[in-house]
Amino acid sequence: MDVSILRQGDYLIASIRSDLTDSEARALRAQLADLVGRTRARGLIVDVAALDVIDSYLARVLRSIALTARLRGAATVIVGIRPEVAIAMVHFRLNLEPLVTVLDLDEAVTLLDTSVREGALDGG
Amino acid sequence: MTDDQRSQMESHDDRQGSGSQAPEMHTSLLHELVGYLRQERSELREQWARRITDAQLLGAMTGQEIFTEVTAVYDNYVTALETGSVESLQAYARDLSERIIPRGVETDEVLGIVLLLRDVLARALVERYRDQPDVLDQVFDAYEPAANRIAVTVGVSFVDERERVIREQQESIRELSTPVLQVRDRLLILPIIGVLDTQRARQLTEQLLAAIQDNRARVVVIDITGVATIDVTVANHLVQTVEAARLMGATAIITGLSSRIAQTLVDLGVDLSMMRTVGDLQGGLEVALALLGEDVVGGVVPPRDPTT
Repeated sequence: MDVSILRQGDYLIASIRSDLTDSEARALRAQLADLVGRTRARGLIVDVAALDVIDSYLARVLRSIALTARLRGAATVIVGIRPEVAIAMVHFRLNLEPLVTVLDLDEAVTLLDTSVREGALDGG
Repeated sequence: MTDDQRSQMESHDDRQGSGSQAPEMHTSLLHELVGYLRQERSELREQWARRITDAQLLGAMTGQEIFTEVTAVYDNYVTALETGSVESLQAYARDLSERIIPRGVETDEVLGIVLLLRDVLARALVERYRDQPDVLDQVFDAYEPAANRIAVTVGVSFVDERERVIREQQESIRELSTPVLQVRDRLLILPIIGVLDTQRARQLTEQLLAAIQDNRARVVVIDITGVATIDVTVANHLVQTVEAARLMGATAIITGLSSRIAQTLVDLGVDLSMMRTVGDLQGGLEVALALLGEDVVGGVVPPRDPTT
């Protein structure tokens, strides 16, 4: 599984670098759920900038990761969907609702800072 | 017009004119009348130029210019009659069209002058063979098809050239017409003016998303005040653009929907629940600034340096 997980203050940053198989996705979800609790992270940033395709399967995986993380106390933000990926997703009527997507890490941190303080981030 | 159609037309003209006469007879007659037209060159040329001026054709050109072109066309015309090959005339007609189109010369003028020349030459031939009615018939059998063919060639060359110019202009309009402007940090404006067709809508989406990435935009205002109508494909494309921008983390605001477009969209049943629309560009910018300002109010982003 080609995923790096870094810690930055109160937040965890998970960068997915290649497509995930079914079992890898479950393993990633378990690992993140564990880490969120253990590091007492308030936010989880999932970086998908390296991916050429986001299909319905990966969208479901991301959603389930976010829901799990929220139950463990962290809000999730998706980062780095590229233009051609976004066009393809819209074309196939895929969206990541209710997940929040932002452009880059700066944005993600800003958003998390705000929402963690206010205690409100939809669906995260 | 395709080459096929053209050659069909030409052969049609040939059939009309040739009747039952033997082709070799035409050839020799054609040579004779070409010789005659060469001999009378300056007189006929004058006549033609005069009739062009009388008919008030080519008003955009000076008398001198008309005379120069008249000479060149006359010589090419006679050569085309002689050889039966319209290639050099065609090339000349293209070249001529390229020069006169920017000056506003119209199709009817070009066809008009070619038909005038045909007329001038026909009259000259009538004059020449007046005493020999039999020969005159044959002369016309030889002359008319060739003349028709030349008229078609010149007309088609002109129209082809004009279509080429139009295509080029459409291309450059398309390139110019979708600027993505940065108004301030994280805020882009995309003013759309003119006809929004499927191809342009697609191009617009790509440009917008690329600009979002390059400028790290958070809010994009798409202003369609300058768009007169919209169809269901384009409307859905717009919705998809907004959705794709959202996936990249940018909020898109659509402004300037005319009452007509608004009604069309509702009638078409386009799902607009995802679209954020504001009446005009001013209102859209206010909403955009408010969205960007939320961060500052939240105290997370340090207050912006007023000088930047």
